Order: sequence, then C-alpha cells, then structure tokens
Amino acid sequence: MWKWLHPYAKTENAYQLCKTLQPYFWGVAVVALVVGTIWGLAFAPQDYQQGDSFRIIYIHVPSAILSMSTYVAMAVAALVGMVWQWRTAFMAMIAMAPIGAVMTFIALFTGAAWGKPMWGAWWVWDARLTSELILLFLYLGVIALYSAFEDKQQAGKAAGVMALVGVVNVPIIHYSVEWWNTLHQGATISKFDKPSIAPEMLWPLLLNLLGFAAFIAAVTVMRLRNEIVRREIQRPWVVELAQQELGGRNAV
Amino acid sequence: MQFDSWQAFLSMGGYALYVWLSFGVTFIAMLAIAWGSARQHTQLMQQVLKERARRARIRQARQNEPVQTAGLDAK
Amino acid sequence: MNALLNGVFKRDLALAYRQKSELVQPLMFLLMVVTLFPLGIGPGPETLQRIGPGVIWIAAILSSLLGMERLFREDFLDGSLEQMMLSGIPLFLAVGVKVLCHWLVSFVPLLLMSPLLAMFLNLTFDMYVALVATLLLGTPLLSLVGAIAVGLTVGLQRGGLLLALLLIPVFIPLLIFATSAVDSAALQLPYRAQLAIIGAMLMLALATAPFAIGYSLKVSQN
Repeated sequence: MWKWLHPYAKTENAYQLCKTLQPYFWGVAVVALVVGTIWGLAFAPQDYQQGDSFRIIYIHVPSAILSMSTYVAMAVAALVGMVWQWRTAFMAMIAMAPIGAVMTFIALFTGAAWGKPMWGAWWVWDARLTSELILLFLYLGVIALYSAFEDKQQAGKAAGVMALVGVVNVPIIHYSVEWWNTLHQGATISKFDKPSIAPEMLWPLLLNLLGFAAFIAAVTVMRLRNEIVRREIQRPWVVELAQQELGGRNAV
Repeated sequence: MQFDSWQAFLSMGGYALYVWLSFGVTFIAMLAIAWGSARQHTQLMQQVLKERARRARIRQARQNEPVQTAGLDAK
Repeated sequence: MNALLNGVFKRDLALAYRQKSELVQPLMFLLMVVTLFPLGIGPGPETLQRIGPGVIWIAAILSSLLGMERLFREDFLDGSLEQMMLSGIPLFLAVGVKVLCHWLVSFVPLLLMSPLLAMFLNLTFDMYVALVATLLLGTPLLSLVGAIAVGLTVGLQRGGLLLALLLIPVFIPLLIFATSAVDSAALQLPYRAQLAIIGAMLMLALATAPFAIGYSLKVSQN
C-alpha cells in the first residue's frame, strides 16, 4: 500500500488525483442526495408517533454521523502527516475542517428544528445535541488555530496536534455527556432517540448517508486542490495549470 | 407516494415549517460551502497568474535599468 | 541529566517565587468570580449548595486559563526554551518538570484556598472532601492538557484568547465528572466511579501529554 501511496506525497500528483476523483464524487453525491431526499420526503411511510416531522431524520442522522467521522478522518490525516512527515496529509486535514464544521452545524440546526415540534423547545440539552455542539467548538478551535499562524506549514502541524487532542476527547465527551444527561433528565425523551426503523424508511436514509459522504469527499478534494495551489503558488506546474484553466481571459 | 396532493405534500402533516426549514437550511449550507470552494479556486488561479506577471515585471525592471539597480543594491 | 532537570525545577520555582503577583492574580480572579455568583443568583443557602461544585470548578478552570500562558511564554521569548531543547535532556522529561512546577505554583495555592470557597458556597463537609479529591486528581490534568495548547500558541502574538477557545471544550468531561462526584457526595452516595474516571484520564494524559507538549514546542520553535 505504501508503494501505491507514495507518489501522492508529491503535491502535483495529489492534485491530479483529486482532479480525477472529483467528478465521480460529485456524480455520486448529486444522484444519491436527489434520490434519497425525494424518496425520504415523498415516498417513505409516515412514522406512527411523529407523523411527518420524522422526515428530518434523512438529513439529521447522516450529517450527525458524518460530522463525527470527518473529525476522525482529520485526526487520521494529521497522524499520517506527523509520522511520515507528509505535507499533503496536513493539507488534506485542513481541507476537511470547514466541511466538517458545516456538517456539525447542519446536525445542530436540524436537531433544533426537529426538537421544536417533539419537545416543544428549539434547544434542549439532549445528549446528542450537546456533544454535537462541543464537536462544533472543537472544529472551530482547529480552524482558528490554523488561521492564527502566518506560516502555513507550521499552522498545519499545530492544527494537527489539536485535532489529535480533540479526537482522544471525542469519545470521552460523547459518553460523559450521555451519562450527564441521563443523570439530570431521566429517560423521558428516550423514545425520540431510537425510532425503530422500518426497511422502507431505512433505504432512503442509507442513500442520503452515501450522498452526504460523497459530498464531503467532493468538497474535500476541491479544497485540497485549493490548498495545494495556495502553497505552491510559484511552481511552474501551477502556473501552467492556471494558464490552461483561465485560457483566453487572462487575469492581468 | 405517501401524499394525496401537492397541498398535502407541502403541508407535511402540519410540520411544514420544521421540515422545510431544515431541508432548506441544509441545502443552502451545502451549496454555500461548495460554491465558496469553487470560487476560491478561480480566485487562486487568477492570483497565480498575477504573481507570475509581478515576478516577470520585477525581472524586466532589473534587466532594463541595471545601473540604477546596482546603485540601489550598493546602498 | 538529573542535575539539569533539577536545575530546571529550581529555576522555575525561583522565578515563580519572585513574580508572586502573577501567581496571586489568577487566585484573586477565582475568588472574585465565586463571589459574583451569590450576588447574581441570590444568597439562599440551598441554592448555593446546589450550584456550588459547578461554580468552583468552572471558576477554577477559567482562572487556570488566565495563568496558563506563563508556562512557556517567557522562556520562549528569552530563548531559554530553545536552550533547553538543545541541552540534550529528553524533551518530554524537561517539559514534565516544567508542568510539575506549574501545578505546584498555581494549583497548590488553589487547593489551600478551597476551604474558603467551600464556606462561601455553603458546601457540607462531605462535599468538601469530594471537592478536594476531584481537585487533587483533576488539576494536574488541567496543567498537562493545557501545556499542549500553550506549546502550540506560544509563538503567536495574541495567543491568550485562542488558548481559552482551544481548551474549554477539552475540559468539559473533567467538569462533568468532577461536579457529579461532589453532587453525589452531597446526597451521601458513593463517588468512587467518578474519581476513577478522572484518575484514568489523568493517567492517559500523564502517559501521552509530555510527548505532545514536546512536539508542539518543536512546531512553535520551527
């Protein structure tokens, strides 16, 4: 695997790989999201307890799951970058941070919009919502730390350390918040937590999960390409690329 | 199809506000970050060319006025 | 090697002793924050007892963030940190000693002040015992994890606020378990489980944090 991966440590190769992968990711993302969303909104059966409000599940659950996995992916990238002194890995890590933060925001917002009809309040200190909120803080911390440094090489490493500290904490935070929640609120809302899901409800959910994952991948490779260009702005291959892409309408 | 009419579909069994609000905000947020990344790309590409032109100008200035540059260097 | 570590230890303690005001300020801040709560919420003994553990722990975390930068800032600016890295002693040992000093000079005074805070907030004796136990186990964790973030932000011009933004979410589990231990003590329930979890987090931090601190200092030193 190392032999296969090694050429992509060179930024030019990584850039080309991203460019080839991008259309596939977009294709999968658009198809899965459109089909999954329409299926979920119009064709999936109603939930007998929650009526049609349960349809928010089709975006809430995928974004919540993937916001956590994106953070783990960031930490893995940071670890790879530290162990193998691999610059591109830090760039990939920082490319993932904003999209992960957006996913966390979506999970929080849809959680609130779902909570209003179910619990009667926009915000309830529910275990999952609270740990999503803390996850958002962790994302924002990594992004803030990265942007505080002038030297982006140094910034990538520093943000990587913070991502690793955060990832050790994510499970601790998750379980501590869950435990804190049961301690303070009892089990009054547990029926909301796990709606036993019928297969015809599950399929669109899985489709949307796939769609969100492909969307995250697509945006990540886009941002990784940007990150590479930003760091290599004077290299001949970047200049050539810019000329090709902008073609006739030269910027200067 | 779970709904009898468009009317019923849009009202979402009385939960229209919450369902459409969440789906709307979600897709706006996703479009925003995708569009932002794409725009960043074009800006960067333009910046690449600008940088190149700037370097070329500097090089040219050095070649055209070697005397003055040398004088500045000496100071 | 021992002589060098000993030197680092003595130097840090001596420096702290000579800059007493910097040590006292976070403690004054802690005391004042704790004073604000009865004034803002009302002095009912029941209420105070209910919120007391949380107030003391939150105030302790916030005040520790204020003094945290001292850990490496001056050494970074005057270059002695660089000398320490070049001296040949393993970096994780050296930073371990510095973190120990930081704990001794900023959290031991806090422990000494805790009876006063407990009295202000009307904690019972059982609650106070639990509070001291959680502080004993939890404050070294604050020092260790905080030092990682200080190492990362030490080279930045205005790292102070950023430091707080990075650290507050990381300290949330500690806050949850520590306050719940004191709450359990208030209800005469056993609280060993919470202490055990804080202890486990401390052990994890002891094993890994010195290396992370060393790495982050190297990143800052570039």
